[in-house]
Amino acid sequence: MARFWRSEWARLVLPCISLATLLVGWQLLVQGMDIEEWILPAPTAVGSTALDWRTELFQHSWVTLYETVLGFLVAVAIALPVSVLVVYVPALHYTLYPVLLALQSVPKVAVAPLITLWVGFGIAPKVMVVFLVCFFPIVVNTVAGLRSTPTSMLHLMTSMQAGPWQVFRRVRLPVALPSIMVGCKVAITLAVIGAVIGEFVGSEEGLGYLILTSTAQSKTALAFAALAILTLISIVLYYLVELLEKLLIRW
Amino acid sequence: MTETISPPMLSARNLSKVYPVRGGDIQALDKVSLDVPEGSFVSIVGASGCGKSTLLRILAALEQPSAGQVFRDGRPLATPSREVGIVFQEHVLLPWLTVLENVMMPAELYKLPREESRARAQELLAMSGLSGFEDRRPGDLSGGMKQRAAICRALLPDPRVLLMDEPFGALDALTREELSLEMLRIWERDRKTALLITHDINEAVLLSDTVVVMSPRPGRILEIIRIDLPRPRGPDTELLPAFRELTHHIRGLIFAQRQRAAS
Repeated sequence: MARFWRSEWARLVLPCISLATLLVGWQLLVQGMDIEEWILPAPTAVGSTALDWRTELFQHSWVTLYETVLGFLVAVAIALPVSVLVVYVPALHYTLYPVLLALQSVPKVAVAPLITLWVGFGIAPKVMVVFLVCFFPIVVNTVAGLRSTPTSMLHLMTSMQAGPWQVFRRVRLPVALPSIMVGCKVAITLAVIGAVIGEFVGSEEGLGYLILTSTAQSKTALAFAALAILTLISIVLYYLVELLEKLLIRW
Repeated sequence: MTETISPPMLSARNLSKVYPVRGGDIQALDKVSLDVPEGSFVSIVGASGCGKSTLLRILAALEQPSAGQVFRDGRPLATPSREVGIVFQEHVLLPWLTVLENVMMPAELYKLPREESRARAQELLAMSGLSGFEDRRPGDLSGGMKQRAAICRALLPDPRVLLMDEPFGALDALTREELSLEMLRIWERDRKTALLITHDINEAVLLSDTVVVMSPRPGRILEIIRIDLPRPRGPDTELLPAFRELTHHIRGLIFAQRQRAAS
């Protein structure tokens, strides 16, 4: 029996069974209690609505996915060099880094309306919100990772007369890589939330916009369909980052 | 014919090291002087906290002394050098590189010819019983194998002197004895100048021409003992009465010091 719980089969199939049970229970609950569709649609109703609206759903999903991925990539591209500077330039460590840590505590959701005020409508403010929610976890984790180089490894490199660039490339960066990936994994889960918040504040497209308008028009099943896609995007993006991690860290 | 007296390969003169800490200073080394002649094997033994690792880092120019000087070939030593190979307490192999890449690390940093270094690395690994493990990562190796690989790395650029900081300290007792005997065999073949930091008295006497006994905090030299046991030595050397007298004497020096510290 113990062997069963450790098998591949148990690991892959059992979660699917529990998920299916949940959906069936939901379906029976809605039908049994005769709940109206605008309050809680049954999974089958969500499915058929999704099918009817597939073109719109696809378009809006594409917008949200684009905002999410772009914001995340910009955050990575800026956060990594900033982290390196904070670690290597003592002046920045005492001036810039505390400011970054303080800014990290600002609730980004509350800033979203301001960003719309400054940057206007369109895709830019959403990408900006995504960038903000992603930036700080990546910086904080990368800085911690770059600082965690064991002294023994630094001694080893110094004893072989390695220059600062060689120490960075051969030791500091590989040591920091697991932390960098932790930061990216935290960031990518926040990224989707950031995009939806950006869309909530003001937009004419995207899954966040779709949820907002469909609930306002009591098209609850459509809101659920959009929600399901958002969840799917979130999961897929997370696993892509995890796949990247597995490819980069092979020791 | 006049014989020119060459300066010792490595020598320390009146080395002191003080670490400033809150509530006073900690004196790690107090006026330590010693010589490591070319082609000799010198060990430094002492209880933990006697500053022997600090001494090694200073001799390797990884740390600066508070006072005193280190000379290599009679010239003051300021920076680490290709001529000094170091084996650290923990193997310090980089886990993301393969065993071969780790051993080749000095070749990359010193810009040695690639193919030659590769051949030498493979030869060193073979000598250490690590053939077939070239493309494995350190995580796949046992503790003893990791430390062997670390020694190969230190030997790759063919340094003139090898500094070892308790290289077998993190290993189990049996692996440790096995590696000591291996080290003895290889050293007696090559006679490369070597300095070994250890807390294992048997190991120090078995391997060395000279044993330097240090006292704990502040690290001071208690006695420098010549080991005149015949070479080649081996497991049977430990049975010689002279061997046991020497280890007994050293043990006495260290424990007398401990009792003084306790009372």
